[in-house]
Amino acid sequence: MATEERHNPFATAQPAGDGTTLDQQERERLRAQPLWRVRLKLLAGTLWNNWKLFTENKIGLIGLAIILFYAGLALAHPLLMGRVWDPLIYDPVIGFDPLAAPHPAPPSAQHWLGTDPLGRDVLSQLMFSTASEFILGMVAALITVTIGTSIGALAAYFGGWIDTFFMRLADLVITLPAIVLLIVLGGLFTLDLPLLALVIGILSGFGATTVIIKSQALTIKVRTYVEAAWVAGGSHWHIILRHIIPNLLPLTFLYMMFTVTDAIFAEAILSYFGLLNIRMSWGLMIHTTQSAGYLLNFQTWWLIVPPGLSITLLCAAFYLVGRALDEVVNPRLRKR
Amino acid sequence: MARYIAQRLLQIILTFFLFLALSYMLLEAMPGDFSQLFLQDPKLTLAQREAIAASLGLNRPPHERFFRYIGSFLRGDLGVSFQYYPRPVVDVILERAPRTLMLFISSTVVSFYVGFFVGKLLAWRRGRVLEYITTVGGVTLYTVFTPWFGLLMIWLFAFTLDWFPIGKFITPRLWRDAPVEANVVFNRMLLTALVVSIVLLTWFILTRRIDTRRRRVVHWGGMGLGLAVVVGIWGASGLGPYALNILHHLMLPVLTLTLISFAGTMLLTRNSMLETLREDYITTARAKGLPEKVIRDKHAARNAMLPVVTSLVFSLAFALSGGVITEGVFSWPGMGEVLLTSAVVQDIPMMMGALIFTAIFALLAHLVVDILYAFLDPRIRYG
Repeated sequence: MATEERHNPFATAQPAGDGTTLDQQERERLRAQPLWRVRLKLLAGTLWNNWKLFTENKIGLIGLAIILFYAGLALAHPLLMGRVWDPLIYDPVIGFDPLAAPHPAPPSAQHWLGTDPLGRDVLSQLMFSTASEFILGMVAALITVTIGTSIGALAAYFGGWIDTFFMRLADLVITLPAIVLLIVLGGLFTLDLPLLALVIGILSGFGATTVIIKSQALTIKVRTYVEAAWVAGGSHWHIILRHIIPNLLPLTFLYMMFTVTDAIFAEAILSYFGLLNIRMSWGLMIHTTQSAGYLLNFQTWWLIVPPGLSITLLCAAFYLVGRALDEVVNPRLRKR
Repeated sequence: MARYIAQRLLQIILTFFLFLALSYMLLEAMPGDFSQLFLQDPKLTLAQREAIAASLGLNRPPHERFFRYIGSFLRGDLGVSFQYYPRPVVDVILERAPRTLMLFISSTVVSFYVGFFVGKLLAWRRGRVLEYITTVGGVTLYTVFTPWFGLLMIWLFAFTLDWFPIGKFITPRLWRDAPVEANVVFNRMLLTALVVSIVLLTWFILTRRIDTRRRRVVHWGGMGLGLAVVVGIWGASGLGPYALNILHHLMLPVLTLTLISFAGTMLLTRNSMLETLREDYITTARAKGLPEKVIRDKHAARNAMLPVVTSLVFSLAFALSGGVITEGVFSWPGMGEVLLTSAVVQDIPMMMGALIFTAIFALLAHLVVDILYAFLDPRIRYG
């Protein structure tokens, strides 16, 4: 009898032997658990609810499918290079196929997307670049939201000169000419992928993202639970860390998605202008096409369509996921 | 409120000078200078290159140049461009800025209207298949890799279909024996557009009180009349074909820019509208038995406009800096092109001049948006 009860504690609410109801026993059992496990359960519940809200909107799923497709491409590349493809022919940077000449060769059974003007496999380049686009986007987005959330929360909470300083700094960053800045940085340092991620992350973190997150933090600051925490004797740091930042996180996550889009786009544009020093990227593929004189040659479509379409699709995918998250984060947009 | 505006203006001036100093230092920090462009020219000796550098003041230490620049800026002198020597910077900007403004303002306004209209409908009938198609299509266009999309548009509409010319501002063959310069015609076109929009706006405001059915006739009649007058004046002036030539060159870039940017307004309108639709006054309007169209257009859409107008103000402020990429792809000789070339050849005065204009507009736009907010939304107060 006792073992059965444990399996299905809510089946009956009859008094147990010691006079307490099973409901109370269940509560006792929960109380006996360590706190982290209860929190984990609650978190899982919230995540599941949010996932259900997210899947209600099909555009988010479309975006997620595209992202997963490109993640698959990125993961498949090292496997293909190790097992199937001959590195001498298929290496994205130094490969060369002497049999497929003249280059650029149109798509064939050996080269599904043809070869570029230097005789390298376009599909291999495309797949190789995918991983770095993901890393760039994620790193830049993480830097942006870390800066944006902490400054947004501080500026909204303390107000006064901190607020003025960071908001005018945001004005300054927004008006600064990004392309000039990157040309200068390209002259001073070797502008490679990590540095680019850092620059994009900082520019976007001190710029527009902070302004938006701050305005959200302002509305959280005046909620009653913040006042309650204040009256209960919570310190500034306690309120900021435990009340304001956790409530900013959904919006932060949303802007992370948008920053990923911006970062991938910025990298593509900069590579296209030839301002970056990276081994291979989608923008660089278009730059190679342009500098070899094939940009306006529409017969060699396989040189420009795969990278152009990939940039567009991946940027759009992160943006769509961001849009769908917007409906999870903002209850006023939901259907119910 | 007055105190808030005064405070903000003071902050704007401070920010502006900080911006001035930072941009100047950034430009100075670029390796090399303008005179080194001629390094590869065998006809120019070292002494000649040094003479060029000296005549442009490039041989002086950077801090001295900086303070001289600030000094002449305060006297209202933006200096002389290096690459267009000896034309003053202001002169170049006055020539280029109208072209960029025309291109970007027309595309911004068109995409604002398209985006607002489509976004309104999307929010009204949400959850249909059409919504997914429009959203995915719009977002794809919004995040499209701009150079690639520009080339695609040129390939389709200018190369294959041959509807529009491929890039550039005018057709040189037509303009060879034109009586006036292209800029004269272009400035007159801008003036026409300005006058027409002011006249039409007053017309719409004056006829606001007429009842709905007759108002439509009056509005369309007014627009038709205005168009007829414009066509008549341009036809009589003999410059008509030239103006049409410029317009023909303008169409493809405007179409491309509109396609790229309408989704921004569309999605913003949709979200804002969805939030508005939950308000109590919409339920009240329904309860009163008002027609759906009136609820949608008069009650919901009008109140959903606030964030959309804000974003419009911002994008108009940045219209002056133009699109480096779009102008490059369509070889449109505007501000974006000036910005890029002067960054590449290190034409510091030109670059600073272009940046100063953009910055002033952007900073003022931020202030205007804040004030607009306070006026349009009484819940926001500035202490």
